[in-house]
Amino acid sequence: MNEQEQKAFEDEIYAFVGKVVYPTTPAPDDINETMIRQWSEILGETNPAYLDADWAANSSRGHTISPPAMMYVWGQEGFQVTKGRAPNAMSTLVETFNRHGFTGVLGTNVKQDYMKESCIGDNISVHMVIDNISERKTTARGTGYFFETLSTFTDQHDDVVGTQRFKVLKFIPQEQPAAASDTDALAVPTRIPSPRGHDNKWWWDACDEGKVLIQRCKSCHTLRHPPRPMCGECQSMEWDSIESTLDGEVMSYTCLRHPVIPGYPKDPICAVIKLAEGTHFVANLVGCEYEDLRIGMKVKGKVEQVDEKTMLPQFYPV
Amino acid sequence: MSEYKTLTAADVSVGDKLQSTDIDISTGLVVCGALATRDFEPVHHSKAEAQAVGLPDVFMNILTSQGLMTRFATDWSGPEATVNSIDLKLGAPNIPGMVMAMTGEVTAVNGDTVDINILGENNIWGMHMQGTVQLTLPKEL
Ligand SMILES: [Zn+2]
Repeated sequence: MNEQEQKAFEDEIYAFVGKVVYPTTPAPDDINETMIRQWSEILGETNPAYLDADWAANSSRGHTISPPAMMYVWGQEGFQVTKGRAPNAMSTLVETFNRHGFTGVLGTNVKQDYMKESCIGDNISVHMVIDNISERKTTARGTGYFFETLSTFTDQHDDVVGTQRFKVLKFIPQEQPAAASDTDALAVPTRIPSPRGHDNKWWWDACDEGKVLIQRCKSCHTLRHPPRPMCGECQSMEWDSIESTLDGEVMSYTCLRHPVIPGYPKDPICAVIKLAEGTHFVANLVGCEYEDLRIGMKVKGKVEQVDEKTMLPQFYPV
Repeated sequence: MSEYKTLTAADVSVGDKLQSTDIDISTGLVVCGALATRDFEPVHHSKAEAQAVGLPDVFMNILTSQGLMTRFATDWSGPEATVNSIDLKLGAPNIPGMVMAMTGEVTAVNGDTVDINILGENNIWGMHMQGTVQLTLPKEL
């Protein structure tokens, strides 16, 4: 798209701003107990303000209300959408984007504001316009435009009960999404596998068997960790190992709050632990709150299976 | 008045954490949630249609996510709270087999009005939704 083409395209899409997608349309069903109860049942909602008329009669409202999050539900088109929707300003806008290569679609934000609580017997009408279209943006998904619809919901008294702003990105996809299949199973992420090289594979192999070993110089018996080929004291490259009892104390600790890493627990506590044998060890502290930790605290380690693929020593307060 | 307690502004401080909860994303929740919100877009009930757009299975519709988010807020506040707004940013899809962990924290208290930042994060793709629910809590009696 050269500059002129882009200008022509933008003139075309910006002409949609202010266009009505749905003129004021009453909901096919008045707000009713049956749909509220079904919605609540499925979503696990137990709020008596929606569900318990006896409770609600004695509440400050004096009656039940419709769940605010159902505001958009009442006016939804029915099952016929499975056979396609009647064209409107939004579908025409979307087609205009598609025709120019902006075939990607991503709902990015939805905001509902509620001005008035609705109750059983009310009828909600929805009116939707294309409220704004952004300038051309470069996003992680690709180049595109955000458009936002504004829906206004009114009841039978013409009171505005709420509004919804829905923002959608239409973009040129960097690659066309391939169709997925049943074999694209959802793999639960596991921790990053330990790097096992010539000098440390033996240590991790022992860990897989539930043991934490500490390397020992054969010549001067100095212990060392993490594993490495040469003794720092006497430069001997001969070594064997002892098994740690995993008794230790906390020397230092921190909590890794950001970013969240897939496969890892949220807010993991990472500590430097001084083992009873004398070497230092970095591991996760579990079974305690960050606020309760202190330096010098006694801890005991256990080698545990932390996910489907990983054995790892973790430490607990004694 | 009842066994349901509702928090008042005096009970709440910025930084208060909501009781976290895990939601199992089952096919039932996705499909029935779409039905309960009258969202009959095929991608929410037909696996074949979802796969045609590149996802391995049916995925949760926005109205179900909104419902789960407001439920999480009012489960914490109690039933006398009024929901003023829900402002949410959409992330990765929720697909059957995932578990979505919901966490929340009070980020503002202005008079009787509280803002709660809520995160719904699934165990496979991460952030599904993140946003703010604003509630007005009842006046103290
Ligand atoms: Zn040595």
